Amino acid sequence: MRFIKYLLVGIFFGILMAKSEAFSWYRIQEMFRFQAFHMFGIIGTAVVLGVIGTWLIKKLKINDIHGEKIIFTPKEKGFYRYFLGGSIFGLGWALGGACPGPMVVSIGYGVLSMLVVFFFSIVGTFLYGEVRDRLPH
Amino acid sequence: MWEFLINPWPWWFSGAAISVTMFALILFGRSFGFSSNLRTLCAIATRRKVRFFDFDWKKETWNLIFLVGAIIGGYLANTYMNHGEAVQISQATITDLAALGFGEPSTSSSGVQPDELYAWENVLTIRGFLILAVAGLLVGFGTRYAGGCTSGHAISGLSDLQLPSLIAVIGFFTGGLIMTHLLYPFIF
Repeated sequence: MRFIKYLLVGIFFGILMAKSEAFSWYRIQEMFRFQAFHMFGIIGTAVVLGVIGTWLIKKLKINDIHGEKIIFTPKEKGFYRYFLGGSIFGLGWALGGACPGPMVVSIGYGVLSMLVVFFFSIVGTFLYGEVRDRLPH
Repeated sequence: MWEFLINPWPWWFSGAAISVTMFALILFGRSFGFSSNLRTLCAIATRRKVRFFDFDWKKETWNLIFLVGAIIGGYLANTYMNHGEAVQISQATITDLAALGFGEPSTSSSGVQPDELYAWENVLTIRGFLILAVAGLLVGFGTRYAGGCTSGHAISGLSDLQLPSLIAVIGFFTGGLIMTHLLYPFIF
C-alpha cells in the first residue's frame, strides 16, 4: 500500500506527458527547430517553479512526509561526463523523439513499437556500465 | 474543467504539472529522475553480476512503480481524454518535415508519433529497426554517462541550480541540434 502514492504520481505524470504533447516526436522536432514556444514554455515554467519551491524547502527547512529532512544531493563536479553524455543523449532524443519517461508513456498510449526504443535504451545503459572505466568523466 | 483537461494542455499548465510531480516525489522523500529506472532494470537483468549494476535495486522499487504508473497514465490519456485531433505543430515545422519525407501529424495513426518511424511496416525493415535501435542506444548510454535525463538534470538539477545539470542540458541541446540540423538530411 505504501507504493500506491508512487503509482498515482506516475499516472499523473503519464497523463501530463500525453496531454502536454511533450512526449511527441513532432513537438521535439518543433523544439529543436525553434519553431514554437510550447516546449520551452513547459520546461521554463517547470524550472522557474522548481527553483522557487526548492529554495523554499531549503529556507523553511520543510521535512518530507516521514518527518525527515529533505536533502538535495549536489551533483558530482565534472565537465566531460555531463557535456559528452548529454550530447549523446541529445542525439538519441532528437532521433527517436523521446527521452525515457515519454517512451513508456507512448507505449501506454498505444505506440507499441516504442518498445524497441525503450529496450535498446536499457541495452545502451548496460553498454555504458561495460565501458565506463575507459571514458573521461 | 473536464473540457480544459481533455484538450491539449497549455504550456504553463503543463510546466506547473511537471513541478507538482517533482515536488510530490521530493515530499515523499524521493527525487524526480526517470532514467535511474534503466539502471535498475539492468541490475535486475544482470542479477548484480556486473559491478556498475551491483547495487540494492529493491530500494528503487518506488521508481519502477512510478514507471508503471506512467504507462497507465499514457493509456488513460488516450482512452478517456482523447480530444480526437493530432498534435498541432507549427506550419514551419510541417514544411521542414515534409522536405524530409514526413507527413503531417494525422489521426489515421497515433497522431503523436510519426508513422515514418513508428508504424510496424517501417519498424520491421532493417533501416527502420536500426534507426529506433540506435535512438534507444544513444539515449540509454548518454543518460547514464551524463548521470541523468531530462527529469533528473533539466528539471530537478536546474531547480537546484546545479552547474553540472546546466552543462548536461547544454549537451542535450548540442546533440539534439546536431541530429536535427546536420544528420537528419543524411538519414531521411
